[in-house]
Amino acid sequence: MIRVENLEKYYGDIHALKGIDFEIDDGEIVGFLGANGAGKSTTLKIMTGFLAPSAGNVFIDDLNIQDHSLDIREQIGYLPEMNPLYGEMRVYDYLEFISQIRGMEATEFKTALDRVVEQCGLRAVIHLPISACSKGYRQRIGLSAAILHDPRVLIFDEPVSGLDPNQIVEIRNLIRELGQQKMVIISSHILQEIEATVDRIVIIDHGEIVANGTSQELMAGFMGRTQLTLDVKYANEDSLAALSNSVDDIEVTDMQAVNGRSILSIEYAREVDPREAIFDYAKNSGWAILEMTQNQVLLEDVFRGLTGEGGGNE
Amino acid sequence: MNNMMAIYRKEVGAYFKSPMAYIFLVFFALFNGYFFSNTFFLFNQSDMRALFNITPMIYLIFVPAVTMGVIAREKSAGTHELMATLPIKNFELVIGKYLSAFTLVLAGLGFTLVHFFTLLVVGTNIDYGGVICGYLGLALVGAFYAAIGTFTSSLTDNQVVAFILAAVFVLGFYLLDKLLIFVPAALAGPLQFMAVDYHLSNMSRGVVDSRNLVYFGSLIWLFLALTVRGIDMRKWR
Repeated sequence: MIRVENLEKYYGDIHALKGIDFEIDDGEIVGFLGANGAGKSTTLKIMTGFLAPSAGNVFIDDLNIQDHSLDIREQIGYLPEMNPLYGEMRVYDYLEFISQIRGMEATEFKTALDRVVEQCGLRAVIHLPISACSKGYRQRIGLSAAILHDPRVLIFDEPVSGLDPNQIVEIRNLIRELGQQKMVIISSHILQEIEATVDRIVIIDHGEIVANGTSQELMAGFMGRTQLTLDVKYANEDSLAALSNSVDDIEVTDMQAVNGRSILSIEYAREVDPREAIFDYAKNSGWAILEMTQNQVLLEDVFRGLTGEGGGNE
Repeated sequence: MNNMMAIYRKEVGAYFKSPMAYIFLVFFALFNGYFFSNTFFLFNQSDMRALFNITPMIYLIFVPAVTMGVIAREKSAGTHELMATLPIKNFELVIGKYLSAFTLVLAGLGFTLVHFFTLLVVGTNIDYGGVICGYLGLALVGAFYAAIGTFTSSLTDNQVVAFILAAVFVLGFYLLDKLLIFVPAALAGPLQFMAVDYHLSNMSRGVVDSRNLVYFGSLIWLFLALTVRGIDMRKWR
């Protein structure tokens, strides 16, 4: 288990992290979501030992990053945001170098190399200089270096940024596969990039965690009431006015008349579902229902609401 | 140790995969060859003191050029983040990189052996002890300057700045004993001991004093320790 406890970081006068707390269990993929500059990368850099926190600590099981940085680094596979690589090295040489640093024997390296070449699709470029590889391949090389030693913890900072849609799907599938046995944390500022991949989402804004849960939990927690749009014909004023008194638990929040139709906005608690009663009332009142739509709360709305950002826009 | 060797091999490979190493070595060999052969036949003596006088001056540019990117390049390329998150101790990183730069300096020095072989062919009564001690002195000066260059490279992500800082440092140590006439007598002794030339001139005469070895050893250690400390401190910024 990874435990991040009350993490704080100051860059001079800038308070970049203001007490970050969260946990990740084995076999869990957690999405770390936030706008640019929210503190995602700083948190991940502290988790990997690249930066020291101003306060707080990170634990992997019982080891903390301050006192056991080397032990923790051995257990982590990290893909930094900018995916820095040694362009002058061949892909094979680079992975061999990483294996040597990771203390892998030659035979162990051969086995691991076969595995990561297969998983990341590197066969076509394995003997090329890294500088000759495309952005997509460079991202895969970074990923393969991160998973070469089969670490327990994988930390990917914006792993699919800059990739084309096909590559994104491939990387997502790989992360899903890896996440079955490992602790995986993926950061992104684009909700759609991680929504389909992760088990849980942690949203960070201005150095603070503003939400932490599954996408369903976040959506449920964010919108306390459900909205329904009802588009009807042949509704007279009296029957429209009587609707909220005739059907339990609903509130008509808006009503507009458009070309002989009435468009009603109705709200009710998430725990109840009055749609059948509304339908019966409409039928008994002689209305013709043209449309009845229960508005879905999108995760993007949650993200926008919590961070004041558009999750889909860079 | 394994990590250190892995870094060393990677760095040496990086040097020789880029044309810069060959350019440095060719220029180093040309400059040494030109200045050495200019006076060699003029003095008509079977010794290599001319080389032992010239090489430290060429080092003033050559060694900072070799070391300028040793850590600064990692910072500018962002690969220092990669290295800092791998299970490597900072001293392993620094020593591995330092040794790779020193290897290039030794390779440059190796080119000058051609002058020794020339001496073997055309010279008489060669003082082999003097030559060996002189080369040992040049190797130690190269090692010392490489340590300075590694340190200045760790201070910045700009290779040009690292080069200039290293050149200023090595020039300072080189010129110290030439400025003695400007300092009070009480300071002359310590300053002379701090000067590179003072120790090198001893060695190029064929005398290896333990003080010379302690001087180079302790200053190399000091600058490498400062480099390691600087990298340790980086994560707290």
